[in-house]
Amino acid sequence: MSPLGHTTGEFWKSVSEGRSGIGPLERVDRSLLRFQNGAEVRGYDPLRYFEPRDVNLLDLFAQFGTVAAREAIADSGVAWTGDLRERTAIITGSCTGGQSSEDEQFLELYRNRNPRINPFTIPRIMGNAAASRISMEHGITGPVYNVSTACSSSNHAIGQAFWMVRSGASELAITGGAEAIFSLGFLKAWEAMRVVSPDTCRPFSKDRRGLILGEGAAMLVLEPLDAAVARGATIYGEITGFGMSSDAHHITQPSPEGAARAMRAALADARIGAGEVDYINAHGTGTAANDCTETAAIRCVFGAHAGNLAVSSTKSMHGHALGAAGAMEAVATVLALRHELLPPTANYTTPDPECDLDVIPNEPRKAAAEYALSNSFAFGGLNAVLVFHKAGRNGN
Amino acid sequence: MPDELIQRVISVIAATQHIDAKTIAPDSTFEELKIDSLDGINIVFALENEFNISIPDDAAKSLRSVRDAAEGIEKLLESGSGPAPAAV
Repeated sequence: MSPLGHTTGEFWKSVSEGRSGIGPLERVDRSLLRFQNGAEVRGYDPLRYFEPRDVNLLDLFAQFGTVAAREAIADSGVAWTGDLRERTAIITGSCTGGQSSEDEQFLELYRNRNPRINPFTIPRIMGNAAASRISMEHGITGPVYNVSTACSSSNHAIGQAFWMVRSGASELAITGGAEAIFSLGFLKAWEAMRVVSPDTCRPFSKDRRGLILGEGAAMLVLEPLDAAVARGATIYGEITGFGMSSDAHHITQPSPEGAARAMRAALADARIGAGEVDYINAHGTGTAANDCTETAAIRCVFGAHAGNLAVSSTKSMHGHALGAAGAMEAVATVLALRHELLPPTANYTTPDPECDLDVIPNEPRKAAAEYALSNSFAFGGLNAVLVFHKAGRNGN
Repeated sequence: MPDELIQRVISVIAATQHIDAKTIAPDSTFEELKIDSLDGINIVFALENEFNISIPDDAAKSLRSVRDAAEGIEKLLESGSGPAPAAV
């Protein structure tokens, strides 16, 4: 569920063609905003997916997460049993939960002096609303929780889910992220940070002017490779490593050392050398600080091999969906490996000597990559990196 | 530049950073005052409120000293930038 379409197929079609979903914001009053553009999920009718009662109970972020999970679970073809439901985990990422519902209801109270708050406000705003709804819809009774680590939320969630499945703590996991951030209050708060671009998102380009906010959800179904092979499942890709670190440096300024440590930890967890990586789906927000810091971190980890890497930021197309960003980028990365087609960095115009990587400017590239990294680096200095491998190793 | 304007800028910076205004000179740089980029946007926010102006992002990011801030504000006041569209 993304600004590039409501299904994985539509999302991949846009990402693989380098088409951006960034445009004028439609859900908020733009006259009160300095920036005008965002990456909104367009053409979304809640009643197409939910009963009216459920629409009242679920903030948009939880709806997005639920719809994405339905698609992932249906596509996985998993055959539920009572035992499997107990042995399945759901770990989601969401940075802000149902803050749009909070904004709406508190406005009623503060501005309109309406003393009655919608009784569904609390269940709508809680960060675990999507995870809980998914568990109820599918009767999943194992560990279910939400991770909130700003822009790294869903990479942390996916990494945790991966470790739980790999360790045998869970047989199956549904994991990803969901976010719906387009409320005026929240956008004004981002505006005040002065990191939002007045036009579009141009990661790694010299003339980049900031990030473009996005929204949506993406969910993955994880299980051990052997189990997936045994039941004849469609295997989109493998997760083979997860690494995380904290900068312990600054609440908003990124540090190349912290990012580098997370990438190294992920490579070590995957038991591969830096030289085996072919593609990186970058955090690539398009801010002045992130893109040169991330470039420095990549150069630090990969040394001379950095020159052989293809690196792109798909945020140039789906925007920065904060706690759902890593999940969307995981989907983009897995499908890039599967289809042997690396998505470009869209909206790129001018090389920046401080971002001197091969960033696949504007046009997708045919390339059979084996291993890929997907980076997420959050405000608060929290870094989470996933390693993906193309499906089909060992003849599978 | 009017002395009054620079003194108002210094007062805003002192209040925002919780430092003594006497430690801030017109030519103090943000670096000397240990003002990082995040502090910088907080100061810009406070200056917008103080002078009822709207400071564009690019200008906000280029501030490096007290004098930069005062000069920028003087220009905005002269050009009659008016209240920030957001300041409602």
